[in-house]
Amino acid sequence: MSPSRTDFLTGVRASVPIVAASAPFALLFGALAVDNGLSVGEAVLMSALLFAGASQMVGLELFSSGIAPWIIVFSVFAVNFRHVLYSAALGRRMGLMPGWRKAVAFFFLTDPQYASAETRADGGKPLSFAWYMGMAVPIYLFWVLGGFLGAVFGRLITDPEAIGLDALLPIYFLGLVLGFRQRSGWLPVVIASGLASIAAYHTVGSPWHVSLGALAGVIVAVLLPPVPDTAGSAPAAREEAS
Amino acid sequence: MNGDFWGLPVNVWIIFAAAVVTYATRVGGHMMLSRMRSIPPRVDAALNAVPAAVLATLVAPAAVSNGSAEAITLAVCLVIGLRLPMMGMFAIGWALVVALRAWGL
Repeated sequence: MSPSRTDFLTGVRASVPIVAASAPFALLFGALAVDNGLSVGEAVLMSALLFAGASQMVGLELFSSGIAPWIIVFSVFAVNFRHVLYSAALGRRMGLMPGWRKAVAFFFLTDPQYASAETRADGGKPLSFAWYMGMAVPIYLFWVLGGFLGAVFGRLITDPEAIGLDALLPIYFLGLVLGFRQRSGWLPVVIASGLASIAAYHTVGSPWHVSLGALAGVIVAVLLPPVPDTAGSAPAAREEAS
Repeated sequence: MNGDFWGLPVNVWIIFAAAVVTYATRVGGHMMLSRMRSIPPRVDAALNAVPAAVLATLVAPAAVSNGSAEAITLAVCLVIGLRLPMMGMFAIGWALVVALRAWGL
């Protein structure tokens, strides 16, 4: 097998737990979309074009409240603002991808995609387009399919809380946070982000707690004394240090 | 939201605009950073902190605001997540939150 084919299949394998973990949310999104007055086609269109679960859920809540369109669009932007940070952090590691492929890859930059790409780069493996799309394509297809099925059969899930669906995302994100615990400054960064997000959640409100909390963690990371040759540093930084 | 605009429902226009701003967040960070020649160590340290910093904000408010079943579940998951791989922690956490809610928490 060619190396790119092997990379693609490695990516597909990495997508399996994400597909399993996101399937309930894909279905839930479709069901809630129809509940909030979207057509099945609009629900599928939203999953296919945004491909960003949390912001889709926030958008739905606003659709039903008859709020001004620009506020819905701005709220989606606010929820997705964390991607600016992902994009800046991951762009450093996409040196192997030519421009148009990078532009395609960024469309698929979700939370788990970003976390897995960082983990792969930490492990010294190439962040190739084949691996990246091997992971992204199944997640995308099942996300859109789940949204469609949820919209069509959504009424079957009568009580999502009883089967714990609403609690799955935080558990999943906690697992991702723990996955980065080898990085320098991890504990102070996580404590700062966690406390700041709780404070912002209760004062400014959602979704701003995400950007403000993350900002607090990043500021702590900048203020911490620099550690040469950390596990998470980019190749460029290693060259400067050596 | 009802009504059409240029032959398409307003909802569809909202979805198009939301898709454009979402893609902008996904390319924007890289486009800003790629104008710098080399990455200063402090900026590099900041970017390395991004995943844990962002993801922690998606967990912490849920742990303190969504009721005791979720709080207990996340605390237990924090402990077992240090020993078990992701999917093991995820499965135990899911079972635990369903059990705690069935129990009335």
